[in-house]
Amino acid sequence: MYSASDLRKGLRVEIEGVPYIIADFNFVKPGKGASIYNCKMKNLITGATLTRSYRSNDKLDEPKLEERTMRYSYKDGDNYVFIDKNFEQMSVGTDVLGDARFFLVEDIEVDILIHNDQPIGVELPTFIEKEIKETEPGYRGNTATNVTKPAKIEGGYELQVPLFINQGDIIKIDTRTGGYSDRVSVSKGS
Amino acid sequence: MALPGDKFRLSALKPALELRSKLLTAIRLFFLEHGYLEVETPVVVKTPAMELHIDACPAGKGYLRTSPELHMKRLLCAGYGRIFQIGPCFRSGERGNLHNPEFTMLEWYRAQADYMDILAETKDLLRYVAKTCLGKMTFERNARTIDLGAEWLSFSVSEYFEKFAGWNPAASFDERRFDDDLVNCIEPHLPKDRPVVLRDYPAEAAALARLKTDNRRLAERWELYLGGMEIANAFSELTDAAEQRKRFEECAQKRLAMGKEAYELDGEFLAALETGMPSCAGIALGLDRLVMLFAGADSLDDVLLFR
Repeated sequence: MYSASDLRKGLRVEIEGVPYIIADFNFVKPGKGASIYNCKMKNLITGATLTRSYRSNDKLDEPKLEERTMRYSYKDGDNYVFIDKNFEQMSVGTDVLGDARFFLVEDIEVDILIHNDQPIGVELPTFIEKEIKETEPGYRGNTATNVTKPAKIEGGYELQVPLFINQGDIIKIDTRTGGYSDRVSVSKGS
Repeated sequence: MALPGDKFRLSALKPALELRSKLLTAIRLFFLEHGYLEVETPVVVKTPAMELHIDACPAGKGYLRTSPELHMKRLLCAGYGRIFQIGPCFRSGERGNLHNPEFTMLEWYRAQADYMDILAETKDLLRYVAKTCLGKMTFERNARTIDLGAEWLSFSVSEYFEKFAGWNPAASFDERRFDDDLVNCIEPHLPKDRPVVLRDYPAEAAALARLKTDNRRLAERWELYLGGMEIANAFSELTDAAEQRKRFEECAQKRLAMGKEAYELDGEFLAALETGMPSCAGIALGLDRLVMLFAGADSLDDVLLFR
């Protein structure tokens, strides 16, 4: 149980069974008046935001959240199976993973956020490396990074890459934005 | 261990610190020139001044003071006619852009004066210190210029509530609604280009203030707003010991009902009040907020060294 005075940016709370993180917090107190705690909260499952204000006497539930470091093992239909160091398995659906499912590589270490024994979020390393499976041929001489073209990686995920990138190149992707970050190595074929 | 950025942050705050030092000197000069005596009263107290929404931090067998009010009033009872104090006060759980649990208060009292006399003096003080520290009467908050030299506006609480919240809290007081509307309906409408005073609060919202002689529903209290931010609170002080004891006791009951600690009554203060306190007025002004305004900052983070 949290009381209103525990509220701060980054704190995770539970409202009617749903876990939220406080994205923005603002304390106001009119002269001689009661403390008012204004919170902007983000639903940890849907990402929707909510604005609420609390008084000193208000109480909030503490969500039963757990973060587990696990490795990606294999894909099973629409589910992705992760395994921890004790060989315990956890299956995570496409709905929870979102675009992150395209960035999984075997044995990659991720942090899975678990609420009441259900996975609700997966945090990948900031950068992952993927091979370009499909793109228009590159222009060797063009090293400009501000002109881009579409490219696809394994699984069909499409992103914009600079013109000099070729099929078979290995690139670095920023998992926070899902965008191109850097070229790691050039395809042996080019 | 200090964070890597700590050294950088502390040295970056030097201009704010220099401004603060200048301001403190100017305030002291002003009061000394106006016949005031600077006093220091205990920071650790046996029992804090009882207020509904102010919580004290325990310290040893007592508490850290939430305000120097009760000790300064004992000095008034002992015949000190003009006193001021600059020092730390502590309020548990108050932390935000405009709040810090430890902060510096400028507080002064004057015998044979009422809240309107204190307003005139506050005007003189702020204009004087701005001129001394900034070389001008204007400063900025949230990209808006505030001019201390302009005519100060004064509105009664009833007038503003009727206009912007649609009810009169002095007619029938609803505490929760009062606080909500003050923050959401009244404060956003206050003019921000010059000082604004809200005056004559409902009696319930001023536990240590004298009631108006022509309207017992109202207390002689005002709050000063600069750029929409509250900066000072002033009262014509309540001098009636029996009435003060009654208000403290009612406040203690309300605190208990809210699940808060009810502090012991300050017997020494009440005893002093019984021997007689001259008619007087007093004011508390948030010094850190004033530094913030003069520095053109929007948050205490930009002027407080350690927090």
